[in-house]
Amino acid sequence: MTEPVDVLIVGAGASGAAVAWSLAETRMRIVCLEQGDWMNPAEYPSSGRDWESRAFSDMSISPNRRKRETDYPVNDANSPISVANFNAVGGSTILYAGHFPRFHPSDFRVKSLDGVADDWPIDYDMLEPFYAENDRMMGVSGLGGDPAYPPKQAILPPLPLGKSGATIARGFNKMGWHWWPSDTAIATAEYDGRDRCINLGACSSGCAQGAKASTDITYWPHAVRAGVEVRTRCRVREITVNADGMASGVVYYDRDGVEQFQAAQVVIVACNGVGTPRLLLNSQSGAFPNGLANSSGLVGKNLMFHPYASIQGIFDEPLDGYRGPGVCIWSQEFYETDQDRGFVRGYTYEINRGRGPVATAATGMFSGRIPWGAGHHERYRELFNRIAGMVGICEDLPEEHNTVTLDPELTDGHGIPAPKIDYTLSENSRRMLDHAVARATEVLEAAGAVDVITEAPIGVGGWHLMGTARMGTDPERSVVNEWGRAHDVKNLFIVDGSIFVTSAGVNPTRTIQALALYVADSMKRRLANLFD
Amino acid sequence: MTTIASDNPFSAAEQHTLTAFAGAVIPASAEYGVPGADDAQIVADILATARPHYEAVRPGLGFQDTVAAAAYGVPFAELSEADRADFVERSNTEGGFDHIEWEFDPGAIAGQRTLISIILQCYYRDDRVMQSLEMEPRPPFPQGFEVEQGDWSLLEPVKQRGKIYRPA
Ligand SMILES: Cc1cc2nc3c(=O)[nH]c(=O)nc-3n(C[C@H](O)[C@H](O)[C@H](O)COP(=O)(O)OP(=O)(O)OC[C@H]3O[C@@H](n4cnc5c(N)ncnc54)[C@H](O)[C@@H]3O)c2cc1C
Ligand code: SF4
Repeated sequence: MTEPVDVLIVGAGASGAAVAWSLAETRMRIVCLEQGDWMNPAEYPSSGRDWESRAFSDMSISPNRRKRETDYPVNDANSPISVANFNAVGGSTILYAGHFPRFHPSDFRVKSLDGVADDWPIDYDMLEPFYAENDRMMGVSGLGGDPAYPPKQAILPPLPLGKSGATIARGFNKMGWHWWPSDTAIATAEYDGRDRCINLGACSSGCAQGAKASTDITYWPHAVRAGVEVRTRCRVREITVNADGMASGVVYYDRDGVEQFQAAQVVIVACNGVGTPRLLLNSQSGAFPNGLANSSGLVGKNLMFHPYASIQGIFDEPLDGYRGPGVCIWSQEFYETDQDRGFVRGYTYEINRGRGPVATAATGMFSGRIPWGAGHHERYRELFNRIAGMVGICEDLPEEHNTVTLDPELTDGHGIPAPKIDYTLSENSRRMLDHAVARATEVLEAAGAVDVITEAPIGVGGWHLMGTARMGTDPERSVVNEWGRAHDVKNLFIVDGSIFVTSAGVNPTRTIQALALYVADSMKRRLANLFD
Repeated sequence: MTTIASDNPFSAAEQHTLTAFAGAVIPASAEYGVPGADDAQIVADILATARPHYEAVRPGLGFQDTVAAAAYGVPFAELSEADRADFVERSNTEGGFDHIEWEFDPGAIAGQRTLISIILQCYYRDDRVMQSLEMEPRPPFPQGFEVEQGDWSLLEPVKQRGKIYRPA
């Protein structure tokens, strides 16, 4: 057994990093256990000629394809959307695109405004200072004045519009619809030891330049300097409880595969919307036979993904092609509810570019636009550097039948049950996807696209994992309280996307991290009576 | 990106089919000054890249032989030039092989897709091909690329329209 610690964090991704850094100033003894490694940016795909290939192998977004020792398998056969993640210090931010929108104020009050799902127990104003703090730590680029948001400060200038952004912006202007430079977690100038973006276009397989704010290069260096210990290659099997029903520590496998026990005063779970319910459900005891903190029965329920629609235009003239970060501008024209559209809630368009030569060929051939044989080259050249488009990020509403459970057969390399996903696309999501495809097609045609390629939902697009240990004031309807503490276990906290009540129609990470900072702040304010 | 012959799981016959198939999907072009995907260097890269995916790719290769045998009476690699052109033409056409009996095998279809994906991965990183696309034959990092700022005045109409978020 190792020395007891004050705070034990499980998971070193987006949220684990933020909570560790914030709590470090308390000078408590803090240890973070992470199943993955520290990454070496020099080994990221963009430094090799096979950079596009590696997105299909060791840097794939799918753990089932990647199959690194540090990964765990996910049984997502019963879901039209498969799970995407990364397991390392930095978590899924190693691969994320860095699109970095905030929630809207209305997103915290969906029941009151639209009569669906539930309101959050907190609101935008409460979270705003933590959004701002997180923006400083991550180094957010953008342009102030977006009419889709209350005022917020940009830390760094926006990414360039480029040819792709300008072309599609013209399409939005012709339609008279909103667009704005995206807020991104990508440094456009040197920031906090990070270099500026040099448009490698490979953000989703790791940023070799260090411009993209993955938390291994933002929060973690600061947290480690402040005394937090990160133990890598340590996979937690279960959280243990003592006779008083309090968390006593965790059982984990160290880098040699040896079972260890780490005692702790406080346990914080930050394993993401799939990893967290998996760990809680696997932490069964006499006091918690259905999994830890699960008296509500809601651990693993209400899984939300954000169904994505992809709408890509083919243009006559050359655009940015393989150059530039994928993210560029966004549109929130269809964000707030309008019942006339046939669905509730809404979606964000995120405009993309940065399609490499291989991805261009695959897009063209698998959509039947580039033929086999002699005609291949001419047609390829009509697509190369000429594809730009967008994805629609649709709000997914919480539904209890969308679940993460423990697979009865599949296990990871340590014999721990793998998560099993059961998910169906709701009628509301289906209609929203159809709307997103139709409206985006209009924008692309207005922008001059001669052909449009669509996919909805994106089958590999389960990159946002939310809702499986929801926050609320009612212990029968939620897993954690309004400041992230488990209703059932007074020294157990959850800080990742599991605690989302609803998903909003935006990428979640800026809100996940703001919430982690808010939970840490709530803990710091109550240190003297944290367990009352 | 090198192949070690001894640890290559592809049999000689499979390599033969793979080479012929790669060349049928992407033939050389004098007009664009590019090799075909059956170029020796590119095939070596394909074999090395496909190695860890051998089990997935093999049914895709077998599928070409099955279809070629049913339609033309010979394995894919032995098709005459005219039959190969016909095979390619039919592959590009929905229902192109409806005139023959063949069993739908999802493993074979998935294998063909994986195979094509690997052919594309290797073909479009070849120096000669990249140069013909006016790309420098180099990895993106460390030099990176230039992206122009673009015309920021395009934002004016959006600014003029004013606030669009809903108060909560
Ligand atoms: C390809 C891709 C693109 C994305 N693009 C965007 C984007 O543009 N914008 C955006 O906002 N979001 C994006 N995301 C999502 C974003 O990465 C996640 O929302 C965010 O990282 C979630 O943070 P987290 O802390 O909840 O979990 P993660 O960052 O996933 O971290 C969880 C960590 O916990 C560790 N862990 C899990 N279980 C255990 C265990 N039992 N023992 C020890 N360690 C464990 C994991 O190894 C992992 O490192 C993207 C994700 C992917 C995969
Ligand atoms: S485009 Fe920018 S952020 Fe993306 S990988 Fe390249 S340098 Fe990093």
